[in-house]
Amino acid sequence: MSDHAVARVLDLKGLPCPMPVVKISQEIGSVKVGEVIEVHTTDPGSLSDFPAWAKTTGNEVLETDQGNGVIRIFVKRLK
Amino acid sequence: MTTAVQTQPDQGLNTMESVQAELAELKQRVEALEPGQQNKLSMIVFSGELDKLLASMIIATGAAAMGMKVVLFFTFWGTAALRKPDANVGGKDLMAKMFGWMLPKGRNKVKLSKMNMGGMGTAMLKGLMKKKNAPSLDQLFDMAAQLGVEIKVCEMSMDLMGFKREEIIDYPNMEYVGVATFLAHAGESKNQLFL
Repeated sequence: MSDHAVARVLDLKGLPCPMPVVKISQEIGSVKVGEVIEVHTTDPGSLSDFPAWAKTTGNEVLETDQGNGVIRIFVKRLK
Repeated sequence: MTTAVQTQPDQGLNTMESVQAELAELKQRVEALEPGQQNKLSMIVFSGELDKLLASMIIATGAAAMGMKVVLFFTFWGTAALRKPDANVGGKDLMAKMFGWMLPKGRNKVKLSKMNMGGMGTAMLKGLMKKKNAPSLDQLFDMAAQLGVEIKVCEMSMDLMGFKREEIIDYPNMEYVGVATFLAHAGESKNQLFL
Protein backbone atom coordinates (compact mmCIF):
# COMPACT_ATOMS: atom_id res chain seq x y z
CA MET A 1 0.00 0.00 0.00
CA SER A 2 1.15 3.48 -0.94
CA ASP A 3 4.34 2.13 -2.48
CA HIS A 4 4.13 4.49 -5.42
CA ALA A 5 7.35 6.09 -6.61
CA VAL A 6 6.59 9.63 -5.52
CA ALA A 7 8.32 12.42 -7.43
CA ARG A 8 7.09 15.20 -5.18
CA VAL A 9 5.16 15.77 -1.95
CA LEU A 10 2.73 18.68 -1.91
CA ASP A 11 1.72 19.86 1.55
CA LEU A 12 -1.73 21.47 1.39
CA LYS A 13 -2.67 20.92 5.03
CA GLY A 14 -4.96 23.58 6.47
CA LEU A 15 -6.12 24.85 3.09
CA PRO A 16 -9.88 24.65 2.51
CA CYS A 17 -11.90 24.55 -0.73
CA PRO A 18 -11.10 25.58 -3.46
CA MET A 19 -7.37 25.79 -2.65
CA PRO A 20 -6.37 22.10 -2.85
CA VAL A 21 -7.71 21.72 -6.38
CA VAL A 22 -6.31 25.09 -7.44
CA LYS A 23 -2.88 24.13 -6.08
CA ILE A 24 -2.77 20.71 -7.74
CA SER A 25 -3.75 22.31 -11.06
CA GLN A 26 -0.86 24.76 -10.67
CA GLU A 27 1.66 22.18 -9.50
CA ILE A 28 0.89 19.16 -11.67
CA GLY A 29 3.12 20.61 -14.37
CA SER A 30 6.10 20.51 -11.99
CA VAL A 31 6.46 16.74 -12.45
CA LYS A 32 6.94 14.80 -15.66
CA VAL A 33 4.17 12.86 -17.39
CA GLY A 34 3.93 9.49 -15.66
CA GLU A 35 5.29 10.78 -12.35
CA VAL A 36 3.33 10.89 -9.11
CA ILE A 37 2.62 13.74 -6.70
CA GLU A 38 1.71 12.84 -3.13
CA VAL A 39 -0.72 15.43 -1.76
CA HIS A 40 -1.31 15.95 1.95
CA THR A 41 -4.56 17.75 2.75
CA THR A 42 -6.93 18.25 5.66
CA ASP A 43 -9.90 19.21 3.49
CA PRO A 44 -12.40 16.30 3.47
CA GLY A 45 -13.90 17.63 0.22
CA SER A 46 -10.63 16.73 -1.49
CA LEU A 47 -11.59 13.04 -1.29
CA SER A 48 -14.21 13.57 -3.97
CA ASP A 49 -12.72 16.70 -5.56
CA PHE A 50 -9.40 15.20 -6.60
CA PRO A 51 -10.93 12.28 -8.51
CA ALA A 52 -13.35 14.75 -10.16
CA TRP A 53 -10.48 17.06 -11.04
CA ALA A 54 -8.41 14.16 -12.37
CA LYS A 55 -11.26 12.85 -14.49
CA THR A 56 -11.86 16.27 -16.02
CA THR A 57 -8.23 17.15 -16.64
CA GLY A 58 -7.20 13.69 -17.85
CA ASN A 59 -4.95 12.75 -14.94
CA GLU A 60 -5.26 9.89 -12.48
CA VAL A 61 -5.76 9.47 -8.75
CA LEU A 62 -3.95 6.24 -7.90
CA GLU A 63 -4.92 6.03 -4.26
CA THR A 64 -6.28 7.98 -1.33
CA ASP A 65 -5.82 7.18 2.32
CA GLN A 66 -6.62 8.78 5.64
CA GLY A 67 -4.93 8.69 9.00
CA ASN A 68 -4.02 11.04 11.85
CA GLY A 69 -6.37 13.65 10.43
CA VAL A 70 -4.40 13.90 7.19
CA ILE A 71 -5.67 12.76 3.83
CA ARG A 72 -3.03 11.52 1.38
CA ILE A 73 -3.81 11.52 -2.31
CA PHE A 74 -1.50 10.07 -4.95
CA VAL A 75 -1.93 11.86 -8.24
CA LYS A 76 -0.30 10.60 -11.42
CA ARG A 77 0.29 13.09 -14.20
CA LEU A 78 -0.96 11.59 -17.45
CA LYS A 79 -0.79 14.59 -19.79
CA MET B 1 -40.36 -7.81 -64.51
CA THR B 2 -38.27 -5.73 -66.87
CA THR B 3 -39.94 -2.55 -65.63
CA ALA B 4 -39.19 -3.57 -62.06
CA VAL B 5 -35.53 -4.03 -62.90
CA GLN B 6 -35.42 -0.63 -64.54
CA THR B 7 -37.02 1.22 -61.66
CA GLN B 8 -34.89 -0.33 -58.96
CA PRO B 9 -31.65 1.44 -59.87
CA ASP B 10 -33.66 4.66 -60.04
CA GLN B 11 -34.95 4.15 -56.55
CA GLY B 12 -31.45 3.32 -55.41
CA LEU B 13 -30.20 6.61 -56.80
CA ASN B 14 -33.04 8.49 -55.11
CA THR B 15 -32.23 6.96 -51.74
CA MET B 16 -28.56 7.76 -52.17
CA GLU B 17 -29.41 11.35 -52.87
CA SER B 18 -31.79 11.65 -49.95
CA VAL B 19 -29.26 10.02 -47.64
CA GLN B 20 -26.62 12.46 -48.83
CA ALA B 21 -28.99 15.38 -48.32
CA GLU B 22 -29.85 14.15 -44.85
CA LEU B 23 -26.18 13.72 -44.05
CA ALA B 24 -25.42 17.27 -45.17
CA GLU B 25 -28.24 18.60 -43.03
CA LEU B 26 -27.06 16.64 -39.99
CA LYS B 27 -23.49 17.85 -40.54
CA GLN B 28 -24.74 21.41 -40.52
CA ARG B 29 -26.69 20.88 -37.32
CA VAL B 30 -23.74 19.28 -35.55
CA GLU B 31 -21.52 22.17 -36.59
CA ALA B 32 -24.07 24.61 -35.21
CA LEU B 33 -24.11 22.71 -31.91
CA GLU B 34 -20.36 22.32 -31.56
CA PRO B 35 -19.59 25.84 -30.35
CA GLY B 36 -21.87 25.13 -27.36
CA GLN B 37 -19.61 22.26 -26.40
CA GLN B 38 -16.61 24.34 -25.40
CA ASN B 39 -15.20 23.51 -22.01
CA LYS B 40 -16.12 26.92 -20.72
CA LEU B 41 -18.09 28.48 -17.87
CA SER B 42 -19.97 31.75 -18.32
CA MET B 43 -21.25 33.21 -15.09
CA ILE B 44 -23.35 36.28 -14.38
CA VAL B 45 -22.35 37.90 -11.10
CA PHE B 46 -25.46 39.95 -10.39
CA SER B 47 -26.06 40.07 -6.66
CA GLY B 48 -22.86 41.62 -5.34
CA GLU B 49 -23.35 40.36 -1.79
CA LEU B 50 -20.51 38.82 0.21
CA ASP B 51 -21.88 35.27 0.32
CA LYS B 52 -22.77 35.21 -3.37
CA LEU B 53 -19.47 36.79 -4.39
CA LEU B 54 -17.59 34.16 -2.39
CA ALA B 55 -19.58 31.41 -4.10
CA SER B 56 -18.96 32.99 -7.52
CA MET B 57 -15.22 33.32 -7.01
CA ILE B 58 -14.81 29.84 -5.50
CA ILE B 59 -16.66 28.28 -8.44
CA ALA B 60 -14.69 30.43 -10.89
CA THR B 61 -11.27 29.54 -9.50
CA GLY B 62 -12.30 25.91 -9.10
CA ALA B 63 -13.49 25.75 -12.71
CA ALA B 64 -10.26 27.34 -13.93
CA ALA B 65 -8.34 24.72 -11.93
CA MET B 66 -10.37 22.03 -13.68
CA GLY B 67 -9.01 23.35 -16.96
CA MET B 68 -12.12 25.27 -17.96
CA LYS B 69 -12.07 28.69 -19.56
CA VAL B 70 -13.99 31.00 -17.23
CA VAL B 71 -15.71 34.29 -18.02
CA LEU B 72 -17.42 36.32 -15.29
CA PHE B 73 -19.92 39.01 -16.21
CA PHE B 74 -20.38 41.54 -13.46
CA THR B 75 -23.69 43.32 -13.79
CA PHE B 76 -26.07 45.42 -11.68
CA TRP B 77 -25.26 45.18 -7.95
CA GLY B 78 -22.26 43.04 -8.82
CA THR B 79 -20.45 46.00 -10.40
CA ALA B 80 -20.15 47.75 -7.01
CA ALA B 81 -17.91 44.90 -5.85
CA LEU B 82 -15.39 45.93 -8.52
CA ARG B 83 -14.99 49.47 -7.19
CA LYS B 84 -11.72 50.61 -5.71
CA PRO B 85 -12.02 51.19 -1.96
CA ASP B 86 -10.59 54.69 -2.04
CA ALA B 87 -11.41 56.18 -5.43
CA ASN B 88 -12.92 59.64 -5.33
CA VAL B 89 -14.21 60.49 -8.75
CA GLY B 90 -15.55 63.91 -9.52
CA GLY B 91 -17.91 65.14 -12.21
CA LYS B 92 -20.92 63.08 -11.12
CA ASP B 93 -24.53 64.27 -11.11
CA LEU B 94 -26.73 64.02 -8.03
CA MET B 95 -28.11 60.53 -8.79
CA ALA B 96 -24.67 59.14 -9.55
CA LYS B 97 -23.34 60.65 -6.33
CA MET B 98 -26.19 59.02 -4.38
CA PHE B 99 -25.51 55.61 -5.93
CA GLY B 100 -21.84 56.06 -5.28
CA TRP B 101 -22.51 56.93 -1.69
CA MET B 102 -25.07 54.21 -0.96
CA LEU B 103 -23.44 51.26 -2.70
CA PRO B 104 -20.43 49.42 -1.25
CA LYS B 105 -17.03 50.78 -2.22
CA GLY B 106 -15.51 47.55 -3.35
CA ARG B 107 -15.49 43.88 -2.45
CA ASN B 108 -14.38 44.42 1.13
CA LYS B 109 -17.41 46.56 1.91
CA VAL B 110 -20.08 44.13 0.72
CA LYS B 111 -22.49 42.52 3.20
CA LEU B 112 -24.12 39.13 3.59
CA SER B 113 -27.45 38.60 1.81
CA LYS B 114 -28.81 36.89 4.93
CA MET B 115 -28.07 37.27 8.64
CA ASN B 116 -26.19 40.52 8.18
CA MET B 117 -27.65 41.85 11.46
CA GLY B 118 -26.46 45.39 10.97
CA GLY B 119 -23.01 44.22 9.92
CA MET B 120 -22.52 41.88 12.87
CA GLY B 121 -23.18 38.76 10.80
CA THR B 122 -20.75 39.86 8.11
CA ALA B 123 -18.04 40.60 10.67
CA MET B 124 -18.63 37.23 12.31
CA LEU B 125 -18.41 35.37 9.00
CA LYS B 126 -15.18 37.16 8.12
CA GLY B 127 -13.74 36.22 11.51
CA LEU B 128 -14.81 32.64 11.00
CA MET B 129 -13.26 32.53 7.53
CA LYS B 130 -9.97 33.79 8.92
CA LYS B 131 -10.07 31.17 11.68
CA LYS B 132 -10.77 28.40 9.17
CA ASN B 133 -8.13 29.74 6.81
CA ALA B 134 -10.73 30.14 4.03
CA PRO B 135 -9.56 32.39 1.18
CA SER B 136 -10.82 35.98 1.34
CA LEU B 137 -12.30 37.81 -1.64
CA ASP B 138 -8.94 39.57 -2.07
CA GLN B 139 -7.15 36.23 -2.30
CA LEU B 140 -9.81 34.77 -4.60
CA PHE B 141 -9.58 37.72 -7.01
CA ASP B 142 -5.76 37.43 -7.05
CA MET B 143 -6.02 33.72 -7.72
CA ALA B 144 -8.63 34.23 -10.44
CA ALA B 145 -6.30 36.68 -12.18
CA GLN B 146 -3.42 34.18 -11.95
CA LEU B 147 -5.59 31.40 -13.37
CA GLY B 148 -6.70 33.53 -16.30
CA VAL B 149 -10.33 33.97 -15.23
CA GLU B 150 -11.74 36.77 -17.39
CA ILE B 151 -13.88 39.56 -15.97
CA LYS B 152 -16.29 41.53 -18.13
CA VAL B 153 -18.28 44.43 -16.77
CA CYS B 154 -21.76 45.43 -17.89
CA GLU B 155 -21.44 48.83 -19.47
CA MET B 156 -25.07 49.71 -18.88
CA SER B 157 -24.91 49.00 -15.14
CA MET B 158 -21.86 51.26 -14.91
CA ASP B 159 -23.76 53.97 -16.73
CA LEU B 160 -26.97 53.53 -14.70
CA MET B 161 -25.20 53.76 -11.38
CA GLY B 162 -22.88 56.47 -12.56
CA PHE B 163 -19.72 54.44 -11.93
CA LYS B 164 -16.69 55.70 -13.83
CA ARG B 165 -13.94 53.46 -15.13
CA GLU B 166 -11.40 55.26 -12.95
CA GLU B 167 -13.10 53.88 -9.85
CA ILE B 168 -12.98 50.26 -11.01
CA ILE B 169 -10.17 47.98 -9.81
CA ASP B 170 -7.25 46.98 -11.99
CA TYR B 171 -7.70 43.43 -13.24
CA PRO B 172 -5.90 41.85 -16.19
CA ASN B 173 -7.72 42.30 -19.49
CA MET B 174 -10.93 43.56 -17.92
CA GLU B 175 -13.45 44.64 -20.55
CA TYR B 176 -16.63 46.70 -20.57
CA VAL B 177 -19.28 44.90 -22.56
CA GLY B 178 -22.97 44.60 -23.38
CA VAL B 179 -25.48 41.77 -23.34
CA ALA B 180 -24.48 40.47 -26.78
CA THR B 181 -20.99 39.70 -25.53
CA PHE B 182 -22.40 37.69 -22.65
CA LEU B 183 -24.79 35.80 -24.93
CA ALA B 184 -22.03 35.02 -27.42
CA HIS B 185 -19.87 33.59 -24.63
CA ALA B 186 -22.80 31.77 -23.01
CA GLY B 187 -23.72 30.25 -26.38
CA GLU B 188 -20.37 28.52 -26.69
CA SER B 189 -20.16 27.47 -23.04
CA LYS B 190 -21.07 24.08 -21.65
CA ASN B 191 -21.91 25.70 -18.32
CA GLN B 192 -23.73 28.88 -17.48
CA LEU B 193 -24.52 30.22 -14.03
CA PHE B 194 -26.34 33.21 -12.59
CA LEU B 195 -25.49 34.33 -9.11
